Amino acid sequence: MPKNESLKKILVLGSGAIKIGEAGEFDYSGSQCLKAIHEDGLNSVLINPNIATIQTDTRFADQVYLLPVNPEYVESIIEKERPDGIMLAYGGQTALNCGVKLDESGILKKYGVNVLGTQIAGIKRTEDRQLFKDSMNECRVPVLKSKTVTNFEDAKKAAEELVYPVIIRVAYTLGGRGGGVAYNEIELHEIVERGLKASLVGQVLVEEYIGHWKQIEYEVMQDYDGNNVIVCNMENVLSMKVHTGDNIVVAPSQTIDNHEYHMLRSAALRATKHVGIVGECNIQYALDPDSDRYVAIEINPRLSRSSALASKATGYPLAYMSAKIGLGYNLSELVNRITKNTTACFEPSLDYVVCKHPRWDFAKFELVNRRLGPTMKSVGEVMAVGRTFEESFQKAIRMLDIGNDGLVLNRVNGKEYTEEEIEYKLSHHDDQILYNVAIALKMGISVERIYKLSTVDPWFIEKIQNIVTLEDRLKKSELDESLLWEAKKLGFADKQIARAKDKTPDEIRALRKKLGVIPSVKQIDTLAAEWPAVTNYLYLTYGGHSNDVIIPKDERGIIVLGAGPYRIGSSVEFDWGTVNMVWGLQENGEKHVSVVNCNPETVSTDYDICTRLYFEELTQERILDITEFENPKGIITCVGGQTANNLTPGLAQHGVNILGTAAHDVDRAEDRSKFSAELDKLHIKQPLWQAFSNLNEAKSFAQQVEFPVIVRPSYVLSGAAMKVVWSQEELKTYIKEATDVSPDHPVVISKFMLNSLEVDVDGISNGKQVVIGAIVEHIDSAGVHSGDAMMVIPPWRLSNKIIETITEYTKKIALTFNVKGPFNLQFLVHDDHVYVIELNIRASRSMPFVSKLVKMNLISLAAKAILDKPLPQIPENKWQKIQNYGIKVPQFSFMQLEGADIALGVEMQSTGEAACFGTSFYDALSKGLISVGYTLPDKGTALVTVGGAQNKEKLVATIAKLKQLGFKILATEHTAEFFEEKIGQIEIVHKISEPERKPNISDLLYERKIDFIINIPSTSTLEKYVDMLDDEYQIRRKSLELGIPVLTTIELADSFVKTLEWLRNNKTTKEPIEPYDKYD
Amino acid sequence: MVGYAEALTDPSYNGQILTLTYPLVGNYGVPDPSVKDDDGISKFFESDRMQIRGLVVHELSLTASHWNLTMTLDEWLYNEKVPGISGIDTRELTKKLRTSGVMMAALVVSDTEIDVEKIKTELASATHYNSEQFMDVVSTKKEQFFGQGNDSVVVVDTGTKNAIIRNVLELGYKAILVPWDTSYEKIMSYNPKGVVLSSGPGDPQKCSNTIDTAKQLIENNIPTLGICLGAQIIGIAGNTETYKLKYGHRGQNKSCINLENNQVYVTSQNHGYGITPESIAKSDFKLWFTNADDKTVEGIKHKKQNCIAVQFHPEASPGPFDCKFVFDELKHLMEK
Repeated sequence: MPKNESLKKILVLGSGAIKIGEAGEFDYSGSQCLKAIHEDGLNSVLINPNIATIQTDTRFADQVYLLPVNPEYVESIIEKERPDGIMLAYGGQTALNCGVKLDESGILKKYGVNVLGTQIAGIKRTEDRQLFKDSMNECRVPVLKSKTVTNFEDAKKAAEELVYPVIIRVAYTLGGRGGGVAYNEIELHEIVERGLKASLVGQVLVEEYIGHWKQIEYEVMQDYDGNNVIVCNMENVLSMKVHTGDNIVVAPSQTIDNHEYHMLRSAALRATKHVGIVGECNIQYALDPDSDRYVAIEINPRLSRSSALASKATGYPLAYMSAKIGLGYNLSELVNRITKNTTACFEPSLDYVVCKHPRWDFAKFELVNRRLGPTMKSVGEVMAVGRTFEESFQKAIRMLDIGNDGLVLNRVNGKEYTEEEIEYKLSHHDDQILYNVAIALKMGISVERIYKLSTVDPWFIEKIQNIVTLEDRLKKSELDESLLWEAKKLGFADKQIARAKDKTPDEIRALRKKLGVIPSVKQIDTLAAEWPAVTNYLYLTYGGHSNDVIIPKDERGIIVLGAGPYRIGSSVEFDWGTVNMVWGLQENGEKHVSVVNCNPETVSTDYDICTRLYFEELTQERILDITEFENPKGIITCVGGQTANNLTPGLAQHGVNILGTAAHDVDRAEDRSKFSAELDKLHIKQPLWQAFSNLNEAKSFAQQVEFPVIVRPSYVLSGAAMKVVWSQEELKTYIKEATDVSPDHPVVISKFMLNSLEVDVDGISNGKQVVIGAIVEHIDSAGVHSGDAMMVIPPWRLSNKIIETITEYTKKIALTFNVKGPFNLQFLVHDDHVYVIELNIRASRSMPFVSKLVKMNLISLAAKAILDKPLPQIPENKWQKIQNYGIKVPQFSFMQLEGADIALGVEMQSTGEAACFGTSFYDALSKGLISVGYTLPDKGTALVTVGGAQNKEKLVATIAKLKQLGFKILATEHTAEFFEEKIGQIEIVHKISEPERKPNISDLLYERKIDFIINIPSTSTLEKYVDMLDDEYQIRRKSLELGIPVLTTIELADSFVKTLEWLRNNKTTKEPIEPYDKYD
Repeated sequence: MVGYAEALTDPSYNGQILTLTYPLVGNYGVPDPSVKDDDGISKFFESDRMQIRGLVVHELSLTASHWNLTMTLDEWLYNEKVPGISGIDTRELTKKLRTSGVMMAALVVSDTEIDVEKIKTELASATHYNSEQFMDVVSTKKEQFFGQGNDSVVVVDTGTKNAIIRNVLELGYKAILVPWDTSYEKIMSYNPKGVVLSSGPGDPQKCSNTIDTAKQLIENNIPTLGICLGAQIIGIAGNTETYKLKYGHRGQNKSCINLENNQVYVTSQNHGYGITPESIAKSDFKLWFTNADDKTVEGIKHKKQNCIAVQFHPEASPGPFDCKFVFDELKHLMEK
């Protein structure tokens, strides 16, 4: 029993929508925390508006509130629920900051809520820069020379004392947001101004810059009695230069010796004890590569991305253990969850090397700066396990699902560079840095020189040299058994070997199997095989000759493929799908369900979810290896997003039994021509389209249907290489891009219909019955990518007739394509006509949203369908009977992406989403908007700049309402002129590009005299790429950096203003979500 | 993953073929063996040579990277004439040792085909590890003096690590290293404030001379600390029994509970023998530390006399420094 017997009900704060720096890792940590609470028979209450998570299912938590994690909302829930404890360490910086504010405003004290785990004083000692420095000095842990400042003048003085370059760090922020390296005063000014605004407490730290030092991290566990252990240490391959979230990270550390390891270990224990950590924390060091001098950089007094990684890397469930400690348990009372009979108070030993690789999605963003530095820019990550660094590293590259098969021998290999160019590239890190190291080695540049330029430790460069050398040998030598073994031990995929030998991957596979070159299945057991461990946590490697586990002959289970790394367009919702599929299968009597996934930020990679967990690549080669080992009944590819889905045809061709919709039916839906033919038969319309066979045909088609048109490859999710094209010139460029992304599939060009509504339908079918989850309407007009659009259930602009038509089409299509499992249909409604855009026979992004609002777990039903079980009788309008409105709002992370334009288009750009329910449209919307970071002011000033007469016309009512609500309205000349005529007095302000004319937008922004901005780009959001107005971009970018909300679509602006009006007379509701209905 | 330079020179590993569970070995190379600290003790190593008989690893890093290296692990093995083998599935080997216990083994390198049967026969007739007499090999032949200061501590060398001497010096005492079979009278002739019985290889029963000395140290209430083998020797001197563990405790991550305050510490360990837990009750000792996992004996304190002993390595090197306070305990006994 927990030591703290007084606890009955515990409040857990989530991290809200996924953003860069706060991603799915907090679904993992929150879910483990709730699990730990639940196990002890205590009540739990969760606040988190991130609907696509496992934690917001009512499985682990007793009450779930889809509400913004801010002091106001949390207080109202505290008042209502009266918890006696609160957990702040499981919802990222969002939860931590909220907890600090709740404490400062006396709310925790007022309601007698105890902070469980690290106390507020401890949190402050790590978060406040000066307190941190003082604390470290007190416990003899060195820190960097630095100075905390609250204005630019002091920053300048500090920088001069410390000598440039200096690094600016921002207090109370996340993902290193707003920080940067300044080499001179001009850069200092820019970064300091931005940082001061981003900091909750208006302070930044100016610090000596030590970019070439090694970046080493330790994960520490400590209980209330002061017992503490190091669970994992990690080394960043790209030194201190690059934020650890953007770094390639290995665990354990590889290049430090016993003295350094234990020096840092002891310092970590000393520091965490001194600041008073209870539970888990991460401490980050910089270590001089030329001596044993070190400094502590920071302590994160909470679960973090690094701790999620450490959990998966070691098999030690940090979040779970940390929560148990928060409840009062002592470390030595807790049991190692893997061995089940050794203590949790130990330090795992690894007998493999783990490599974490970030996934960036720079291609999605116009104008973005791809440089890696102190600000995190990656949107997700993968973790690979192997027995050599080379194996882990090349596995990690494949796991990223970016079209590369490893470091070398890819389909598209690196460009040629001059020596000067490559030297520049080596010293200016971007997402290609290690590929560039390989190129430099091939060019004959020495390891020492590469090290000097790149600050990548020579040990790693030597490992890359091994890969480069083997590539050469593969090309030149005969492929015998020993060379095959060597290649596989260094992580080469069959595809790479095939490319070197001009053979097919299947030929290489056959040869390997003939020669017995096959991988071994090894356990991750926390103690390097020293004790027996009954663990189901597995990986495959060529660094071994025997398997750790044996699958009984008569045990034939099911394998569910996960979704791989989080990225734009494939995020935590697919992990929700994966986990719910596992549970759904288990609940329908399947005893052996295994999972394959490679994303450390997930719940699906918790090994207590399934029978066997393979932390492995989602590639055809590896899935075949696993199916050959497992001999399963079948494999499920329809819940892991496009990564898993794309494997379907190849696996089916190799004789793997795909459970769910048959591969050829999936193909009928994915292949545009076949799909279109089927729709014709059903007399269902779709926008005019054509598959591209050559550029001239494409051009003439585009002319015939008139620009704009949409260009896309047929097998790609989330608009990768999907573009709206406005001219012949663009068409040429984008077709090339699209064929690069998906070379094996045809490119499709379709008419882009302006001024239409988009509708999504999520459903389940077993081939005989169809269950409609809900009809979901996009609030933004078509053209804004469905992942970036706000969505509402029930639809509020669709007529009953349209809804009937959509329902009828949905049923017809699902049955025609013999769907067995989940599907998603996208419709376009234009002039009262319904067009089908596409059918996705798999779980969709909106399924958690639909499932939770309609109280019907679609994935559970999908599990039944896949197992050929009858579906329960559910009325097709069940979703219409729901009293609530549900609204899903996208979360953007533009702040992290230096230079990125925030205007929306057909490329998806949001990193996450929040959804809230309410008794009215505006009840739900206001909570949704607050959840993704908007402030909803009740008075103040709005700046309006609208391009194009049509847009202006559409906004008249909105601006009039705004004025009526008492907001002061500023506008640029043309906009002001237009609106003044219609609605009266408007103040004129001048463009940023005309700084001499006052009042100027730039000044007003910096002086914080503008509360929000309605900025609708010229004529259409989509034309911006034809002739983007720099001035508008400048306004959007500056406002973003200053934290001023910018509304860039007409629909958003209109909804926003109406929400402000609604809030004048109404209060938002604060009700918990209801559990899913039970179906047998 | 770290600590091979220290482990390979630890005399406790004398006579053993060592396998490492971490698959990448030699990454940070090997520091300069000739560098000594101010007291003339090798700065980076635990004795003056490599003690193991052979090394088995998964991957040997042929290149190494570290500011403090002078050679690679491969070069060091070559210089010390110690054979090693890489490319072995060391996880599988570990499992074999875990299930069958530590075993006699042969490491054979040959250009021609190896006659396995012949090797097996040779191995069967080789001197068994259990019956090897290590003290002649690992112990100092004559007394050695380290450090300055008025008071001294005698370290009885049953295969000590340099780190034990370093820790004695850090306490502010001179260290006098004496051969394993030095008599009580001889030790007392140095007029020490206390005595440390060091770690070392093999069966404690083979050190009967040291056991006799330990008995007299206890009887005369001389402040004494036993470490690892030294702890077993003290245990026997105070009427506990010892036994051979199936595959021993070797590593840097072993949790021990201090029964006096219930604190848990992570310790460095390397021992194949231990004190029989059941024998404590009828001995002169009480249990001080216990292993958090298998409840084996990790430390004992004499019920009446100034004598303490730990099974783990408080001197670390390799491993964590969590239990350095054990030396402070000795100091406390000496200053009492």
